[in-house]
Formats: sequence, C-alpha cells, structure tokens
Amino acid sequence: MLDRLSLGARRTLTAWGFLAVPLVFYVGIRFYPTADAFLMSLTDWSIVGERRFVGLANYRRLAADPVFWKVMGNTVQYLVVGVAVSLGLAFLVAYHLDRVRVGHALLRALYFVPHVTTAVAMGWVWRWLYQPVPVGVFNGLLVALGLPQQPFLRSTEQALYAVLAPAVWAGLGFQVVVFLAGLKAIPQEYYEAAAIDGAGGWRLLVEITLPLLRPTTVFLVVVSSIAYLRIFDYVYSMTSGQGGPLDATKPLVLKIYVTAFGHFQMGYAAAHTVVLFVILLVVSLVQLRVLQAR
Amino acid sequence: MTTAKRLATALGLTLAIAGTARAQTVEIEYWQYTFAQRVQAIDELIKRFEAATPGVKVKHTHVPYDDFRLKIAAAIPAGQGPDVVQLFYGWLQDYLKAKLLQPLPQELFEAAEIEREFFPLVKQMKVGGQYYGVPTAVRALALFWNRKLVREAGLDPAKPPQTLDELVEAAKKLTKRDAAGNLLQAGIALDMGLQDHHWLREVLIRQMGGQPYSADGRSVAYNGPAGVRAVTWYADLVSRHKVSEFGFLTDGITAFRSGKAGFMIDGSFRLAALDGQAGLEYGVGELPGHEGRRFNFASYWVNGITPKATGPKKEAAAKFLRFITTPAAMELWLEKVGELPARKAVAERDAIRTHPKYGPFIRGLAYSEATSFVNETAQRKLFMDMVDRIALKGQPVAESVAQAAAEEQKLLDAFFAK
Repeated sequence: MLDRLSLGARRTLTAWGFLAVPLVFYVGIRFYPTADAFLMSLTDWSIVGERRFVGLANYRRLAADPVFWKVMGNTVQYLVVGVAVSLGLAFLVAYHLDRVRVGHALLRALYFVPHVTTAVAMGWVWRWLYQPVPVGVFNGLLVALGLPQQPFLRSTEQALYAVLAPAVWAGLGFQVVVFLAGLKAIPQEYYEAAAIDGAGGWRLLVEITLPLLRPTTVFLVVVSSIAYLRIFDYVYSMTSGQGGPLDATKPLVLKIYVTAFGHFQMGYAAAHTVVLFVILLVVSLVQLRVLQAR
Repeated sequence: MTTAKRLATALGLTLAIAGTARAQTVEIEYWQYTFAQRVQAIDELIKRFEAATPGVKVKHTHVPYDDFRLKIAAAIPAGQGPDVVQLFYGWLQDYLKAKLLQPLPQELFEAAEIEREFFPLVKQMKVGGQYYGVPTAVRALALFWNRKLVREAGLDPAKPPQTLDELVEAAKKLTKRDAAGNLLQAGIALDMGLQDHHWLREVLIRQMGGQPYSADGRSVAYNGPAGVRAVTWYADLVSRHKVSEFGFLTDGITAFRSGKAGFMIDGSFRLAALDGQAGLEYGVGELPGHEGRRFNFASYWVNGITPKATGPKKEAAAKFLRFITTPAAMELWLEKVGELPARKAVAERDAIRTHPKYGPFIRGLAYSEATSFVNETAQRKLFMDMVDRIALKGQPVAESVAQAAAEEQKLLDAFFAK
C-alpha cells in the first residue's frame, strides 16, 4: 500500500511517524494533566473519594485567603530580587571574566560548581552557616567585625533573603557561562571600529555590548524568572518544609505542595496551580515582548 | 506400561494436584507505606501467617508515603489494590466518606473484646457501633535525657525530673552559655514542628487545668486561662528561664542527637534512630507531671479491610488482620519497629513494663489521649505560628492563643460542615 503513495506523501508519513512519539508523550504527560488540573480546580477532592464539583468556590476562597496573598507577595519578592540580583552579579562576573586570560577555565569551572550541587544539600549547609555563634560562620564574621549578630532564618524580615542567597549563588554559575557565550559571540570588529571612532570603555559597554547581548539577556531573564517563580527546594530544606517563620519565606509552590499533600485539598491546590500557570504565562509573554522590542 | 509412559502419567498427576492446590489458594493484598522496619516486620508476619494458614497467600505492597493515599484512592474504587490496608487513625473519617473501608467482621473482631483488650484510645475506630480498624502498635511520648550531660551537671541520670518545675530546674543546670551569652548547650531541645505541639496540646494544657477541645471534638477549648498558662510556661523556657532557643542547631532532634541538649520530648518511634547514634547515651522517662496531673499523647496506625475483599477473600483478609494483631505479632512489631503493643495485656507484661526504654511509654499510655485531628498538618502549623508570634513578634500570649484558637475553630467548622 505504501508503494502507491507519492514520494512526498511518504515523506510526510515518515515525519509524522517520528513526530508521533513526542506528541503522544506530551499529550499524555503534559497536556492531559494540565487540562485535568484546570478541571480539578473546580472540585472539592481529598484524594480519596469522589470529586465534588464546586464551581469557582476554590478561587473565591483563594481571594479571601490571607496566606495566599502573603505567599504571592513572597513569590514576587523572590522573582524581582532574585532575577535582578542574580543577573546583575552574573553580568558583572562574566564581563570581567571575559577579560581574564590566566586561569579563565578554572575560574569559570569554580563559578559553575554550585550549579551542579543538589539544592537540598546546599540548603542544609547554608542553614548551618546562618546559625548563631559559635556554630554559624556568618554570625561569626559579624561578631569578628564588631557587629551585632543577626537572626537570619529566625527573623520574619530577613528569612526570605537568607533563603534567596544560596539560590542566587547556585544559579550564578549557569548565568555566567551563558553570558560568557553571549559576550564571545559579539564580533571583535565592532569594538575595534568603535575604538577607532574614539569610543571609551563605558560607551562600548552601553552602545555595543549590552544591545548585542539582548538575546542572551532575554533568554536568561525568562529562564531565571521561571526558576524563581517556582522556587521550592531551598525553602523546603531551609525551613523544615514550613516556609516559616510565620509564612515569611513561603512561596506559592510550597503552599501548593502543603495544600495538596499535607491538607489533602486537591481542588484548592489545583486552583493555586492554575494561578501559578497564568502568572508564568503572563510574565514570560511580557518579558519576551518588552525585551525583544527594538 | 513403559517407563516413559509411567513417567508421563506421574508428571500429569503431579501437575493436576498442583493445579487444584493453586485453585484453592486465596491471594489477598496488604498495603502499607514504605518504611524499612515496618516492611521487614510485615514480611516476617506474612511468612508466619502463610505457614499457619494453608491456602492463603498474602501479597505485600509498600508505597512511598507521599503517594500512599493517592494510590489507595485510585486503586480501591477500580476494584484493585489492597484487601487489608494500613491507615493513620486521623484519616478514618476521610476513608469512611470515600467508602474505602468495610466494617470488621464481628465474629473475629467483637467490639466488647476489642474494648477489653486494647488501650482505650482504640475507641476512635468505632463508628456507628462498628469497628473499622484495629492497630498493631501505638506510639506515645516520653522525656528523653542525655545521661552524660546530666551526670556532668551533677544530677543523677537515674532520677529524671518528675514535675515541670523540676524539669525547669534541671534544664537550668544543663544550660551552658559563653561569656557573650551565646548558647553552647541547651537545657532542653525545643521544636514545635516535631513533637512539642502534641506535648503542649494534649499534655501541658490539660496539666494547667484545661482541655484542648470539647468532648465531641468540634470546638476549641484551650482559649482560656489554662491555655494561656500552658503556652506561657512553654514560651518561658526560652524567654524567662533561657534554657533553650528555638532553632538551636537547626532543629530539636539534631540538637539532642549531637549531644548539645540535656532534655527532649519525643516519641517511641525515635528509639531506633537514637540507638543508632554513636556516642549518645540517653535515658527515657515518663513525661513530667504537674500538680499531681499526668497526661500523654498517643497516636497509632490501624489496619482495616477494604470493600475489595468479598467472599473467601474477605474471610482470608479477616484472618490475616486477626493474625497481625495477635500478642505475638505485637511483640515482633515492638522488637523490629520499636512501636508499643496495642493490647494492654502484652504491653503490661513485666518484661515490657519495666523495660528501661519501652517502660516509660507503656506507663504513659495508661493516661494518654489521641487528638481527633481534622487536618494534622494545618493544626500543627497553627501551634507553631502561635509560639512564633510570641517569640518573634512579641505578641502577648493571651492574644496569640486567642488568634490560634479562632483560626483552629474555623478549620474545625469547615470540616464538620461537610
């Protein structure tokens, strides 16, 4: 039967044959569960027993849940502070690392090491670093400098930043490597031409490096934003799974986890995931639009 | 008959016999969550049960804790999964609503017998006059102390504090700080996220003359002078007596295991882990009393029969359930898992009652209460936040207790409104 098909038709068939595998995979593993999560968010379901349709009740409950708003605020802080600080640092490191010739590969590897370490192990080590004197290293340094000790993870004001620090530190290696690749891709001729025209270091940076680095920056902003919006493992391991003290460090994803697998309120948890999905979608689209605009 | 023919006949006969034997075998499934010691204990019990009960095979499945409820919920309505299942006592209401359990057959599980032989907290498994589950083992709380540190402080490691006041005095002697006031060694390890919330809820509040909840479990009852006294006493350990700090060495159990805390309140399930801690020499005693009042908190996992078991399978399931709740099974469970026998007669045997480590828990069971949680995770979090508001935000105790009580009442109302 295949013989009767034209060459073009056979090619199409082969292409679809290969495409079918990932397609079936994505429909089964990604799209179906996503659609199911939307449906689940309209039900009351305790994992055991029937799903009871409740309409938009879960969303009304979300809007009136003070912890939800607290958690949204935290998530925005993780996102804004995390992306700004990590990309700023990463660019600074990459910009200067690009000029270093001696030990370049070693330095790059050293920056990358935290990125390949498991977040849970790192979270636990940082937990100990934040301990009061005599155990904690950070407080030890503060005391040595004659400064007062800080509560870090035991403070509702500092805990979020204390959790964010190892996440930024770990993400830095990846961002530096991507920035370095972006910097390398900028043709050297542009700099030479600009230098002949008398442009100095600052103008080279603003007029050439940053604009030509835009695709790299867009990629990193989107990828890091998604990562910080979904922050979970650092918070979980550094606060014994609580997101405390007093929900000060709890991100949206941890609230979803606790609601689903601690409280067994699957419908309510699904409503959170729908909100997270919409936020991720909007943030990604807006960033692509804004940063790619010429 | 040739040899070959004779052989063939013999072979045929053997196969036929094997075939009938297989047809008579009933296979049932047992499910629990994955936890090395529990898995080994059940494997051993299944081996003994199958040897004692020809014709019944038990298939043992264990599921990671996080997936346990989900898999059961998915399997049973589809006619699959376990015939006999383990569940936490606090899940009973949910499981009944979802029709995941059937009443235990009265021939093998007579209500009067259960009530006579098991510890009274098992009564929570009785709904509408019928029992839906029986436990193999129960857990209780006790006071743990580091014998070496107690000795160093000049106290007698064989004589633990008997009252809350004595505990505070002993903890003061065990607390070490450097010249700048930094905590080097805690008198008592505190952690609301571990067992302290049970201690506060079921023990301290009652000892201060209150009740955590109304008798029907539908109303919060600790929002009053007794609740305020209990929370004050607990918070004072840090703020007034300065015998500990919240978050010291990351969490309570780490502080105790690393030999940097004199006392700790924890459960019987901790014994195995502490025994494996090199260099830690510890003692166990009953929770300290107060003004002559002693209380304890107990919790347990039960075994129930699912609607999947019908006919011969139901009969086999009931026999198996009966077998894993016999005195012999309970002794094995105690030895392998470290959880306490649920039958009074077993627990109160002299060898166990006077055992230096099991004994204090067993004696505590006699005056223990099991909270009727509607959502343990959320209810624990309310207690953690209640103490954090006092410790971190300086909120007055009475105000923080009132806030926790109001929030918990909302939780109870939402549960019972369904």
